[in-house]
Amino acid sequence: MSYALRSYEFWLTFYRRTWRGSVATSIVNPVFYLGALGIGLGTLVNKSGTTPDGVEYIAFVAPGVLAATAMQIATNEAMWPVLGSIRWTRGYYAMLATPLQIRHIVFGHQAWMATRVVSSCAVYLAVIAAFGAIHSPLGVLALPACFLIGVAFSAPMAAYSATLENDAAFIVVNRFAVIPMFLFSGTFFPISRLPQVLRWVAYLTPSWHGVDLCRSLTLGRVDWGLAVVHVAYLAALAVTGLVFALRTYRRRLMK
Amino acid sequence: MTTIALPRGAALFERNARAHRSHFLIIFSGFFEPLFYLLSMGVGLGHFVGKVPGPNGELISYASFIAPALLATAAMNGAIYDSSSVFWKMKYMKLYDSVLSTPLGPIDVAVGETSWALFRGLLYAIAFLTTVSVLGHVHSAWAVLALPAALLVGFAFAGMGIAGATFMRTWQDFEFLNLVQLPMFLFSATFYPLSVYPGWLQVVVRCTPLYNAISLIRGLMLGVVGWYQLVNVLYLLLFGAIGVRIAERRVGKLLLR
Amino acid sequence: MNAAAELPLVHARGLIKRFDDLVAVDGIDFDVQKGEAFGFLGPNGAGKSSTMRMIGCVSPPSGGTLRVLGLDPVKNGADIRAQLGVVPQEDTLDLELTVRENMLIYGRYFGLGRKVVHERAERLLEFVQLEERLDSKVEPLSGGMKRRLTIARSLINEPDILLLDEPTTGLDPQARHVVWDRLHELKHRGATLLLTTHYMDEAEQLCDRLVVMDKGKIAAEGSPVELIRRYSTREVVELRFAAERPPDDLAARIDGLARRVETLSGRLLLYTDDGDRTAERVHELGVQAQSTLVRRSTLEDVFLHLTGRTLVDE
Repeated sequence: MSYALRSYEFWLTFYRRTWRGSVATSIVNPVFYLGALGIGLGTLVNKSGTTPDGVEYIAFVAPGVLAATAMQIATNEAMWPVLGSIRWTRGYYAMLATPLQIRHIVFGHQAWMATRVVSSCAVYLAVIAAFGAIHSPLGVLALPACFLIGVAFSAPMAAYSATLENDAAFIVVNRFAVIPMFLFSGTFFPISRLPQVLRWVAYLTPSWHGVDLCRSLTLGRVDWGLAVVHVAYLAALAVTGLVFALRTYRRRLMK
Repeated sequence: MTTIALPRGAALFERNARAHRSHFLIIFSGFFEPLFYLLSMGVGLGHFVGKVPGPNGELISYASFIAPALLATAAMNGAIYDSSSVFWKMKYMKLYDSVLSTPLGPIDVAVGETSWALFRGLLYAIAFLTTVSVLGHVHSAWAVLALPAALLVGFAFAGMGIAGATFMRTWQDFEFLNLVQLPMFLFSATFYPLSVYPGWLQVVVRCTPLYNAISLIRGLMLGVVGWYQLVNVLYLLLFGAIGVRIAERRVGKLLLR
Repeated sequence: MNAAAELPLVHARGLIKRFDDLVAVDGIDFDVQKGEAFGFLGPNGAGKSSTMRMIGCVSPPSGGTLRVLGLDPVKNGADIRAQLGVVPQEDTLDLELTVRENMLIYGRYFGLGRKVVHERAERLLEFVQLEERLDSKVEPLSGGMKRRLTIARSLINEPDILLLDEPTTGLDPQARHVVWDRLHELKHRGATLLLTTHYMDEAEQLCDRLVVMDKGKIAAEGSPVELIRRYSTREVVELRFAAERPPDDLAARIDGLARRVETLSGRLLLYTDDGDRTAERVHELGVQAQSTLVRRSTLEDVFLHLTGRTLVDE
């Protein structure tokens, strides 16, 4: 594992030069989202009488956006940086020229992506708490949940990125997968509002499992049976993604 | 001397059109983003929001309220997205180095790139407006003017976007762009009426470019039109003109040194 | 032709380029005549590219006089550029377009009609032997092919002057020869070439006349043969040693055997008119060199003599 740490260290060093922008983003974005949707839009929702899940809107939307953020950071970190390390900066090849092996490259980079996800989500969770939108001490567990969501997205995405020739597919993935998941898997309104067919589609998305898990934790309304399903689903996705990533990385880098 | 009939930026427009032929899906997909937002926020969340007051106080459905805002935002995002490609072309592809070794100058680059961004924006606006009217969220014949209005919004942000792109040093700097873009998107009376804010904050929001864009297009699509839209138009014209001017100067300064 | 034909195509007097407090070009004079192949030879950072960019009207001079085609680059930039072909140091090909489209769009930048551009593009791509890659994307092309495409592209407007900034830097020997071959062909057709290089063989191959630049100044000017005759000897004896430095007393011992002796890392250069004779006398002195080489003098030797440094880092 110490070899994977060396690869991790590369990403950490790289990030040191460029951290300002993303730190600002990861602190300010949650404040913006919670301010606009939780408070601004929340005013309208709370006034209308019926709120989703019967809680004030900010408490409903905040964990949803938290899970969605984990998803978005994870997918983005597994897109351009991965393809770039193969095609443009060729950083992976530089690592391969050392004693590092494919698995160290994969795990090191995945660990780095998880770091980005967890650190941003930790800030986010703190902001949610400051807004008074965490209703249960179980909310702390939302952080490991975000870690799980992150890997469930970053591993399969990295596996896919390693097969690409150019970045055109990323925009399509963002627009037809990431954004629809962001908008329709229970982040802003319960999926019970979706037509029957779409609801079943939503049940299949990892983002819904993530959102529902996080929300049940911060609201303190955990159905442990369902929670196990969520965790198992996300974990299965993460492990499958890692297995595939090992394979696609090897095929791409060792040919 | 070579005669040049068309505006010289036209060649750059043609270049972009050719370069995007193989990215058809990307252009096509751009249309879905505002539509997804409309369905999610307008329809899904709209159930919980209920009716909201429109620009003249009349209660309208939530989807009708946010549809114009999404159109305006799409015009803004499209223009800014294109300007991020300007960064790539300038810094990594060195496209403009070759352009400027021909008779074209910085102003032609600014005009060519802006007109391309506008053209794409117009395509999106037509598609979105058609869809929205089919879904029944267009309430007035004035809505036809939302097309040129969307074009104006695109112009306003394209110039500024290209200007902004010239200040970027690395891709990571685009996070700072996000720091401007996201709050504008969230707070410019996009998802809820201005009346939610305390008085002083209302004044601040009224001064932002996206608010003016949304106010203009919302007025047109809902058929609530007055002199205030004229203020919006002037604001956007001025904002765009300043942007193009800065863009021209910056391109010149960076590449002609 | 009228009297204007006798005016130099490029005319510079006291030309200066400053970047903040760095003086890249420090008051240089030169003239380039029609039909000439004129070179700027010098190491990296000598001011060659800055000079080229000023001639290409994409970099305003900080001082002095510069006339290109009789016009002022600052005032008439667009008009001058319409008559120039530019091959920049780094390829600036459009990676999002095909080979043919690169030609077409570039021609369109000059405001040329579609038909004209099509016809010229075909002809020029044939000229640079890329006719089989017409519809290929640019990215998979080899370095040499990209370079040739850049050259073809620079000819689309049938320029009066072709500016080539290090046309073969980074190419393998074979690709270099193909590029040289094409440039020779252009020369024979009467094109005016301006090129920068830090390869003396390239300068000897291509240039009718050249200036040697060092630290923003012109150190010498003339044809390759003239420069060698003026600043060097006919032949050079190179003594190579295994050690980093030749033995300290060596230079003193062989002093007098050659007109001039240069001490480099692991090498000793003896400038002489009869290389074989000098080499013999060195051996008679019992000097133990790892190897001895007698060769003709090159521009490298001229540069070494003028600046005390080698041109290309070894």
